[in-house]
Amino acid sequence: MQFDSFSAFLNMGGYAFYVWLSYGVSALLLIILVVVSNNQNKAVIQRILVRQKREKRLRIAAQQQVEDASSVNQTEDNIKNRNDSNEVSS
Amino acid sequence: MWKWLHPYANPEVTYHFTGKLMPWFSVLAATFLSIGLVWALVFAPADYQQGESFRIFYIHVPAAMFSMSIYFAMAIAAFCSLVWQFKLSDAAASAMAPVGATFTAIALITGAAWGKPMWGTWWIWDARLTSELILLFLYLGVMALHNAFEDKNVAGKAAGILTLVGSINLPIIKYSVEWWNTLHQGATVSKLGKPSMTAEMFWPFLISFLGFAFLISIIICIRFRTEILSRNSMRPWVKKLLLPPKKSVETSLLGDK
Repeated sequence: MQFDSFSAFLNMGGYAFYVWLSYGVSALLLIILVVVSNNQNKAVIQRILVRQKREKRLRIAAQQQVEDASSVNQTEDNIKNRNDSNEVSS
Repeated sequence: MWKWLHPYANPEVTYHFTGKLMPWFSVLAATFLSIGLVWALVFAPADYQQGESFRIFYIHVPAAMFSMSIYFAMAIAAFCSLVWQFKLSDAAASAMAPVGATFTAIALITGAAWGKPMWGTWWIWDARLTSELILLFLYLGVMALHNAFEDKNVAGKAAGILTLVGSINLPIIKYSVEWWNTLHQGATVSKLGKPSMTAEMFWPFLISFLGFAFLISIIICIRFRTEILSRNSMRPWVKKLLLPPKKSVETSLLGDK
């Protein structure tokens, strides 16, 4: 132990401002770097998830459309068939 | 001989590999940094000339050394990406740039805070200080280029060329204290031959140095994994990876329909 008391430790032999400035700024910059890196990681994952959800919605909507279209086609075919049969009968 | 390296060119393998490494790096970084910095601040002796201000050394020197070695690693990654078109080395180079920039800034700021009481000035256009400032601008330039293009391949090429051209600055920083006779002192730790430090100062330095190395490894892993995910976001393995387990049942049912 190089210091007799806690206040001597804080005083750093008169260099308190410079020593604590160095350690403080370094800690601050490193914490910011870690937090920013973590947030970017989360943001990228979130972006991919949002796009996946959107793709899923689009897929379901497309499927729905195909089903609707096929049912419309069926009714159209029915009408056409009826017309055809009418033409034959007349 | 180098064949064991081949699987790591696959983003999925590397993503899982770095994921396994990260908890180890976290434990090691926390242990080494807490022991090293408490030793440096409380137990290491004061310098006979510089007094307690010498404790800035334990941050300043590792930060300055890593500012250069991260740039060196980034230059190797950029070279591999430019020559062999490895997509992952591009992601690695882009992951390393902000980490290196932060350590360069730490080296400059702690250097200024050390220079004021010892040299009487915060800043001087000394060869070592100027070349280190140029290193910071190189990092910022590389970061800006990585973000300037929508197409990551074009961005990687542009940033890679700047990285390689800028690597000429590394030997200038390293030997600036020998080539130009200025204020900044010569090498203390990396000097070959007789060590110019006592063991009481060298051990806390070495331990905090290793602590910083592990901390850098964690941050680079996080950023590297982010880059891998964002560059491979359309791949099936990423889609499968991010699906919560409950929902995967739902989508597999949907797929069957």
